[in-house]
Amino acid sequence: MRVALFITCYNDALFPDTGKAVTAVLERLGHSVEFPQQQTCCGQMHYNTGYRREAESLVGAFNDAFRGYDAVVTPSGSCAGHVRHHHATETAPNFYEFSEFLVDVLGVTDVGAYYPHRVTYHPTCHSLRMLRVGDKPLRLLRAVAGIDLVELPEAESCCGFGGTFAMKNSETSIAMLRDKMGNVGKTGADTLCASDNSCLMHIGGGLSRITSGVRTLHLAEILAATR
Amino acid sequence: MRDEAGVNVVWLGSPTFPEAAHTALRDGQLRRNLKHATTTIRDKRLRAVAELDDWETLRLAGSQIKDRVMRHLDEYLLRLEASVTAAGGTVHWARDAEDAKRIVTELVRAKGADEVVKVKSMATQEIGLNEGLDDEGITATETDLAELIVQLADDRPSHILVPAIHRNRTEIRDIFLREMGKHGVPAPDDLTDEPRVLAEAARLHLREKFLRAKVAISGANFACADTGTVGVVESEGNGRMCVTLPETLITLMGIEKVLPSFADLEVFLQLLPRSSTAERMNPYTSLWTGVTPGDGPREFHLILLDNGRTATLADRQGRSALHCIRCSACLNVCPVYERTGGRSYGSVYPGPIGAVLTPQLVGVGTSKHADSLPFASTLCGACYDACPVRIDIPEMLVHLRTKVVDAHRGDRVPKPEAVAMKATKLVFASPRRLALAERLAAVGGRVAGIRGGRWLPGPARKWTAARDVPVPARESFRAWWRKAGR
Amino acid sequence: MEPVAEYKAEVLARIRAALRDVPDEERPEDVAVTREYVDSHVTGDVVDLFVERVEDYRATVTRVAQADVPAEIARILSARGVENLVVPPGFPEEWLKAYQGLRLSDEPPLTAAELDDSDGVITLAARGIALTGTIVLDAGPGQGRRALSLVPDLHLCLVRASQVVADVPIAIRALDPTRPTTLISGPSATSDIELDRVEGVHGPRTLDVLVVVDS
Repeated sequence: MRVALFITCYNDALFPDTGKAVTAVLERLGHSVEFPQQQTCCGQMHYNTGYRREAESLVGAFNDAFRGYDAVVTPSGSCAGHVRHHHATETAPNFYEFSEFLVDVLGVTDVGAYYPHRVTYHPTCHSLRMLRVGDKPLRLLRAVAGIDLVELPEAESCCGFGGTFAMKNSETSIAMLRDKMGNVGKTGADTLCASDNSCLMHIGGGLSRITSGVRTLHLAEILAATR
Repeated sequence: MRDEAGVNVVWLGSPTFPEAAHTALRDGQLRRNLKHATTTIRDKRLRAVAELDDWETLRLAGSQIKDRVMRHLDEYLLRLEASVTAAGGTVHWARDAEDAKRIVTELVRAKGADEVVKVKSMATQEIGLNEGLDDEGITATETDLAELIVQLADDRPSHILVPAIHRNRTEIRDIFLREMGKHGVPAPDDLTDEPRVLAEAARLHLREKFLRAKVAISGANFACADTGTVGVVESEGNGRMCVTLPETLITLMGIEKVLPSFADLEVFLQLLPRSSTAERMNPYTSLWTGVTPGDGPREFHLILLDNGRTATLADRQGRSALHCIRCSACLNVCPVYERTGGRSYGSVYPGPIGAVLTPQLVGVGTSKHADSLPFASTLCGACYDACPVRIDIPEMLVHLRTKVVDAHRGDRVPKPEAVAMKATKLVFASPRRLALAERLAAVGGRVAGIRGGRWLPGPARKWTAARDVPVPARESFRAWWRKAGR
Repeated sequence: MEPVAEYKAEVLARIRAALRDVPDEERPEDVAVTREYVDSHVTGDVVDLFVERVEDYRATVTRVAQADVPAEIARILSARGVENLVVPPGFPEEWLKAYQGLRLSDEPPLTAAELDDSDGVITLAARGIALTGTIVLDAGPGQGRRALSLVPDLHLCLVRASQVVADVPIAIRALDPTRPTTLISGPSATSDIELDRVEGVHGPRTLDVLVVVDS
């Protein structure tokens, strides 16, 4: 099986460790991953903000970059959802969010990780309601050695990120963020995990501002951690 | 609200959504009231829906029936007109709010009435009927408890189903004590804030109006084309009072409310109560067909209202917003609505569906207010999951955002956002340019000293008001991959 | 006022212009509607469920054998202090033989004020729906016109066990659309204050139901 990694534009620039973690987990499971150098951005931000023309102008080259692979893995539920729902291309159906790929395609839940921390999981909206990943991320986390996984109250409530919403409606976004941070605080977790760094950038930015002591970590990075 | 004459979907002079939210978010009482109410109804709705294991097939059927209606709306409306007429009713058509108000006014005048009782109706709110009647010297009394609260307080509704959701029991008691006496039977002096006691006060206040009224005005939840049967779904019995006791009944309905057949009620009477009040069935559903000698009104007028709906119908991608059955489930699950309340939307249609319907009905590109509404969403998708007729509200919102953006493409001075979007598109159009931009960002981030990323100037201020910014990585993933020689 | 033909013509023209994408030859029936939903969600006994679900709405439900109906009616009305009862045309005379209070006949029709002054109304029903605990009235014999079961503050409703159907689709298919029909699920209620349901607003605040078991 030829597997490609779609890193996504913001992970590429801001969170390269997540990409490294995805690569590490897949290689540990015996799969090699390719990184098509022609990839850039799926156009989700443009599309969701109303710049459909700009978004659509990126689709052709994007499809070209991922042609020929059996599966494309991406550490973003949101971008995977966008490609699958809005790119009417031959490669679109091959895109998988990381936890979907592990559980559905590779059929594994125990990836041999070790992470001795109290962790709570925020199921990001697009993973939850666009991709319907269900409890796949939780199944992966439950199999991590040493983990103390605690349930996040009102987990399925949006964190308030919403792409450009966080800027255009920043006050409402921040009100939602405060409630999310309050719920994270109730868990006593030292790590907040999610399958999307975009939401984590928002929640993590807030947690850092209030010096909560809670770190945010992408699912892939927890799954990549070993003894 | 008297200064808002000319209400047509939106409240005139409404600020943009972020401006309105700025005020609402600071109202602690409002936030607590909304949180309490939406949390209560959300859990109840989930339980009510979970009882039906075929819920998804019911939703699908509901959406398909609506799709069939929209694609053949002219035919169904003509069938409805014929059926209602054959059953002794009269059917009127109204192109817009002005037509509808004129028709209602003339019908009320012809009965020699100067007061009417009203059942809660979104269509009448949308056209500003009460204000229009008031201008003609006709007093309209809202009889739904929440509408009465809003009317007595000279307030604006904030929810489709529960217009006074922003008020708690104590506020409602104060309104009743202060206002009821000015309009009829006063509230008892020893009125408490217990909901049961408040409901009793409303009963006493309205009963004499029901018994006296010659003309009633209602909306319609559905009208069946094949039989001419019109239905009103309600809880309190005020709807039954209005559609039963007065001599004349005037029903105003949006043209999209028509259903192909009476049999389709078997779908919608399962979908609607569980989605709106989260009950297996609402207390009262009234179904009537024209006039029945010796039972109920002697005259029945049905007004079919366009008021912007045909423009929505013409938009193929936006058409399915007309499927809405006004259950308000999308409001109750919306994280934005929960924080800002309904009045921030500046429209009789608040919440996610309001953010779609309002710009559709008044037109995209006509006001900053309406154009701001499609952006009042994180696209979290909770509304789509809750919608009993499967309106893909997030997709509709994105569609309308696109229309808003396209309407401004010709602007002489493009907005900074438009410039940014075009610039990023150019960067993303080439992996080489992207790699270069990433290197510059990494350097720039450090040069600007935003390690720790606390406070940024300009538009980024909106981010750093409460959130630190991530510092661009020293080395992008792309650069790392290449360097590692993978 | 007479309908304005010009308004109608314009609305129809706008609709037809809006639907230019719909092929001329497409008929409404060509738009698929998959009715894969079930006719009934009920597995157990429909009458048991009906009783349970009506009670859920805080109505009082009593099961009674045919022979005991008169005594049960008298007992309930007496317990509720009803001395001034509205009786619709066609209500079985023999079922009221134990009731001692005053009867208000609707022939000639009672005024709304007279209905308001009464203590309650007794009616038959057209049907019961088990899953939703709904009573269907269609103004048939023994039910009276709609105002009768609305204005009085107490409604005592008799439903025969054989009239109870399992679920909403079955009930809808059995309705006669030409009759004025009211679906009643519990006493009048509102959720308008903090989305919390309380019983009792404009309709009858007390709903007593007798399920008559045919013997």
